[in-house]
Amino acid sequence: MKHLLSISDLDRAEIEDLLTLAAEFSSVLERDIPKVPTLRGRTIATVFFEASTRTRLSFERAAKALSADVMSFAPGTSSVTKGESLKDTVLTLEATGADLFVVRHESVGAAARVAGWVNGPVINGGDGAHQHPTQALLDALTLRQRFGKLDGLKVGIVGDIANSRVARSNIDAFTKLGAQVELIAPSPLLPVDLSAFPVTVSGSLEDSLPHLDVVYLLRVQIERGSGPILPSLAEYGLRFGMNRQRLQMLPADAVVMHPGPINRGVEITADVADDPRSLVLDQVQNGVSTRMAVIFRLLGAS
Amino acid sequence: MPEPTRLLSADDVRRALTRIAHEICEHHSGVSNLVLIGIQTRGVPLAESISEAIADIEHEKVFVGSLDIGLYRDDLASRPTPRLGRTLMPVDLNGRNVVLVDDVLFTGRTIRAALDALSDLGRPAAVELAVLVDRGHRQLPIRADYVGKNLPTSIDQRVTVRVEAIDGENGVWVGS
Amino acid sequence: MNSELAIRNGTVLTADGVAEIDLFVKDGRIASIGGDHDSHTTIDANGAWVGPGLVDLHCHLREPGEEWKEDIASGSAAAAAGGFTALVAMPNTKPAIDSGHLACFITERGRQVGLCQIATAGAITMARDGKALSHLDELWEAGVRIFTDDGASVADAGLLRLAMEYLAERGAVVAQHAEDQGLSLGGQMHEGAISSLLGLRGIPALAEELVVARDLALARLTGVRYHVQHISSRGTLDLISDARAQGLPVTSEVTPHHLAFDDERVMALDPAFKMYPPLRAASDREALVAGLSDGSIDVVATDHAPHAPFETEVTFAEAPRGVIGLESAASAVMTACSLPIETFFARMSISPAQIAQLENQGRRVATGILANLVVFDPERTWTPDRFRSRSENSPFRGEALRGMVLATIYEGRVTHSLVKS
Repeated sequence: MKHLLSISDLDRAEIEDLLTLAAEFSSVLERDIPKVPTLRGRTIATVFFEASTRTRLSFERAAKALSADVMSFAPGTSSVTKGESLKDTVLTLEATGADLFVVRHESVGAAARVAGWVNGPVINGGDGAHQHPTQALLDALTLRQRFGKLDGLKVGIVGDIANSRVARSNIDAFTKLGAQVELIAPSPLLPVDLSAFPVTVSGSLEDSLPHLDVVYLLRVQIERGSGPILPSLAEYGLRFGMNRQRLQMLPADAVVMHPGPINRGVEITADVADDPRSLVLDQVQNGVSTRMAVIFRLLGAS
Repeated sequence: MPEPTRLLSADDVRRALTRIAHEICEHHSGVSNLVLIGIQTRGVPLAESISEAIADIEHEKVFVGSLDIGLYRDDLASRPTPRLGRTLMPVDLNGRNVVLVDDVLFTGRTIRAALDALSDLGRPAAVELAVLVDRGHRQLPIRADYVGKNLPTSIDQRVTVRVEAIDGENGVWVGS
Repeated sequence: MNSELAIRNGTVLTADGVAEIDLFVKDGRIASIGGDHDSHTTIDANGAWVGPGLVDLHCHLREPGEEWKEDIASGSAAAAAGGFTALVAMPNTKPAIDSGHLACFITERGRQVGLCQIATAGAITMARDGKALSHLDELWEAGVRIFTDDGASVADAGLLRLAMEYLAERGAVVAQHAEDQGLSLGGQMHEGAISSLLGLRGIPALAEELVVARDLALARLTGVRYHVQHISSRGTLDLISDARAQGLPVTSEVTPHHLAFDDERVMALDPAFKMYPPLRAASDREALVAGLSDGSIDVVATDHAPHAPFETEVTFAEAPRGVIGLESAASAVMTACSLPIETFFARMSISPAQIAQLENQGRRVATGILANLVVFDPERTWTPDRFRSRSENSPFRGEALRGMVLATIYEGRVTHSLVKS
């Protein structure tokens, strides 16, 4: 594995290897000294052209737990406002000493493009509505911890599938690991052509709930590019939000997930977010160990 | 390439480990505060064997842990895709007498990494080292407290330790 | 007779049919077909096709205003290398070609360069902003015969109707870049399985078809000669075919890249596959290839759209739309469609010259006509890797192509040759 750009680059064995490694790093993070010297002297550049506090912090925490140094780049505080291109930015970072790049960008394919320009490995930290592979891995790890395996799990992914990189990576990762995925959304929020997705589709959350093991709620933004794609957030919440009443329609051992940040009261009500069946905080914790595993695999092998 | 020469038989290995067990018991005047920590991978079954031998002598079971030093190596960049083994500590190491167990003592770099790893896991009262084979060629100021067999080798020779739990048999071979 | 140029051993598209015969050029004109004459220069066609020089109904030469991408000199050199003896430059320069003197500037620059005939299309609206008619009469007087706001559709049906009525009287062609702005907004590629997989906003084929359907109704109302630029979908082709069956004077063009590629090629997110209209589904591509072969589509036009390397070294979404095509067009068309000689020259020279009303272009070889010729080997294979264009944004870079331009002759002068002696 030279880069991590898309879940489609990984087969089941490679995904499972990363999850096993991530579980090992979880135990490192539980130690009194949650840090190992593995990547001392190596430098990881986080190149986030799109605002994201959580993902960037998670990557930086992972890098530091492996004793790597971190260079953090964000436009606004940088030459991008002076018109410096993505290419010049990453080449400058590489010349400054970056060994690995974590790239987030609003454009589909940005990380892959960067991988063509720099020598070091590149991790896709999210490219437009395309892929967010470390999110899929950490979600798979979370499910593996809870259920032992994903084989046979029925996962419902709810919300703005069309514009979600989380959905695209998770559909691929979950199905590769043996889960069945159902997409639950109103049609303007579904991709136009689903023929390339190994999924079933439902327009009703309530019809789907009784047969799901996992409800995965995506973050909803009613604005995109040209304007509103939904009548209102409130109406969305009424049809597709997860509340106490709907939680009771789930099988007893089913769980609720959300990649964050949550619009409380829209995708998920406050009491559901804090319910023991919500794995939201497990997801956040697993984010660090998963990213340690990916960084370790990419920089440990040369 | 000539066949490797077998230098220690299964019985030789058993006798060496038993002797190490005796030496450990003698040196510590008992085993109540002791933990054996095998270095992944072959140090772990060797530590188990020493623990069993100690149990025969002292009628007391000592804790055995496993330590993977993959995250502490100083040669990560030059190795192929690293695999990590489990690190499992059965007890809190603080204040314990730890005996690290490994199959072969060579350059000393593995032991250096193991000492670093250990220091992130706790603060033992003392750390000693037991190895089945010491083949010389140290690159660091490290020595073993308990040695099964000193084997003078040339630097390019290959010393192979096989242990029952992993390889199906016990013994030590030297090849060129 | 002492000729300036002999083209020997060619398979020649003459006014009397296809013949294996030698040609002789003197004073810029075909002096003799057959016979044996001395010549200063000889091109040995060695069985390759010889016919009227290719005519591109649709290219962007970027002059004036964006000369770092291309200019009339570099564009003419690329055209000559691609077998072209005439180009129709699109009016979306900076400033747009919306007045007579600007059109004169383009054709005059073309004459100065002298590698091929440069005609220009005129803008339908001032500054191509879709609000008010351009100086249509001035442009006509300056020799403009094709009018378009290419790069954008004329969205206002009332304004377009006015332009059509005005230009119908003159006998000009109204050409449309068919793109409904609402449906294409934010779109990066064909809307379908691939765009869904990639998470890229799609441009539905409907964005093109809707505009064509409306325009056909306006063309029926006004009687104007209407030409659909760079058609990309089966649905558009069906609309045009129906209109033609009803006798409307409607023509259309297709680009080499739409004949060669479908949206699968966008998977790798190489900006050299980003253009409007986008590469569509495999079924669309098949319909276009069939339509070009059977004549439902009249013309291959390159939509040569140069962008400098620094502009394309960005992500797919940020890259500008358009790819170059002059140097690879003939080969790409042969590779994708395997046209026979008559059809090849009809689509790439004769029909475009008729639509653009270029009287010295697109003529079957006959004694006395201006020697605008191409020598094209339909079998020889090559792989484009370097370009005479100032830009290199070609989807055909690295593609094995069949068919190769061996020589180009413009008004009797050899403007490109791999086989001259």
